Amino acid sequence: MGQKVYMDHAATTYTKPEVLEEMLPYFTEIFGNPSSVHGFGRQARRALDHARERTAKALNAQPSEIFFTAGGSESDNWAIKGTALANRDKGNHIITTAIEHHAVFDTCKFLEKNGFEVTYLPVDEYGMVAVDQLKEAITDRTILISVMFANNEIGTIQPIEEIGRIARERKIYFHTDAVQAVGNVPIDVEKLNIDMLSLSAHKFYGPKGVGALYIKRGVKILPYIHGGAQERNRRAGTENLPGIVGLGKAIELAVENMADHNARLTSMRDRLIREILSRVEYSRLNGHPTKRLPGNANFSFEFIEGEALLLSLDLKGIAGSSGSACTSGSLDPSHVLLAIGLPHEIAHGSLRLTLGDDNTDEDIDYVIEVLPEIVTRLREMSPLFAQNKGGREFV
Amino acid sequence: MYSEQVMDHFINPRNVGEIENADGVGQVGNAKCGDIMKVYLKIENDIIVDAKFKTFGCGAAIATSSMSTELIKGKSIHEALKLTNKAVAEALGGLPPVKMHCSVLAEDAVKAAIEDYLKKQGRAE
Ligand SMILES: Cc1ncc(COP(=O)(O)O)c(C=O)c1O
Ligand code: FES
Repeated sequence: MGQKVYMDHAATTYTKPEVLEEMLPYFTEIFGNPSSVHGFGRQARRALDHARERTAKALNAQPSEIFFTAGGSESDNWAIKGTALANRDKGNHIITTAIEHHAVFDTCKFLEKNGFEVTYLPVDEYGMVAVDQLKEAITDRTILISVMFANNEIGTIQPIEEIGRIARERKIYFHTDAVQAVGNVPIDVEKLNIDMLSLSAHKFYGPKGVGALYIKRGVKILPYIHGGAQERNRRAGTENLPGIVGLGKAIELAVENMADHNARLTSMRDRLIREILSRVEYSRLNGHPTKRLPGNANFSFEFIEGEALLLSLDLKGIAGSSGSACTSGSLDPSHVLLAIGLPHEIAHGSLRLTLGDDNTDEDIDYVIEVLPEIVTRLREMSPLFAQNKGGREFV
Repeated sequence: MYSEQVMDHFINPRNVGEIENADGVGQVGNAKCGDIMKVYLKIENDIIVDAKFKTFGCGAAIATSSMSTELIKGKSIHEALKLTNKAVAEALGGLPPVKMHCSVLAEDAVKAAIEDYLKKQGRAE
């Protein structure tokens, strides 16, 4: 024992040492306020501009289209509420999906309570949005389409290019929550016809509590935080400069390393999936077999519950997460797993393992060895296993 | 988030299994999160001489199943019927508030197993 295997990179990643190194001087030496006239301020301003350029370049955007925020949740809230309120004269209809992160989902619920109408597009068994249904859902009152780039639970990557094309043809704003996609999928906002894009630094080896919203030139959107001229009058508040510098460095590294990173993670992920599915009976993979994030593996193990599984894995030094009702404060199973058609009891036995830069082939070996034993032990305790085993086909 | 006692009963649950020809069997589902617990009792002269369980549920559900079967072994069915989920939680050094409902599962399963026993004896209350 004593082994520690972190496989919860979709929840958050560590900050890379070279990112931290760039950040450090901005706490102590270069601490000026970027809005100040003096030299201290100008030095800070240069760092802010540099981070904005790096972020823009990573997305093929213009620096003037990048607005720094306090993370993915804020970016999502701003994009959706900001465009909904600014375009009310054009309509009150928003289209999103049934598998969005709560930062989008709950924001849409909030708008529904305030006079907006929201269509939640269903997804297929792999978590893929049907583009035909999107077309049918559009009305002359539709002002915004918000579809996540890649899902945080099951890793499914959406047909963003097609959705962007449809939105552009129909002249409807298109926002995408790319919090999980940045650093894992090449993103070109011009080519993909994206009007707004949310990202968050702590998902790509940057610091927590800092993110950005890309807003295409010309998009009509209200400011989100009032009170100052920062971020071109759109997002008030003295900038989190160390965090923003970290974001800039992290996104640059992520894009530079993407090809290697993806190849390495995909091969580890595929071996993990293959071995677990073959070693554990009554197990299934959730999400798309190939159109999925390079580091994402999401399983369901029938007859057992996810929290008990996570605790057992944690005792062996393995960190994962689950969509089980018992792990959510609300005691509802993951809406994503229900949306792909899993019955409650199979969502219950779900396990998400998300790989990252620090994982090795030895980590995969260790999980492959330990996980089946844990599943067996929990099944021996489960009244459902003895009752149902062999009785029917697994979904 | 869990106490040492909860973790102990989760890692080494007491009384896991089934009892063949049990005198009372109770299975209940948790309305809140969908978990299931099944309790088997061996009863002689209204005294619970053995108790076993199987649980499909979270760490707290497994630990409270384990603790409640421990608490009722050797007790009369009347004493066992007085077992409350609070007593089970206390014996485990407490449960996080969101996990209190898990202990209800254990209380209900024990009660269901005793009721099954009484019914089989033609003494349903
Ligand atoms: C898809 C998605 N959107 C939004 C968020 C929220 O990001 P943040 O934690 O930076 O607020 C997350 C992270 O949990 C996410 O995975
Ligand atoms: S039994 Fe589901 S949360 Fe404990």
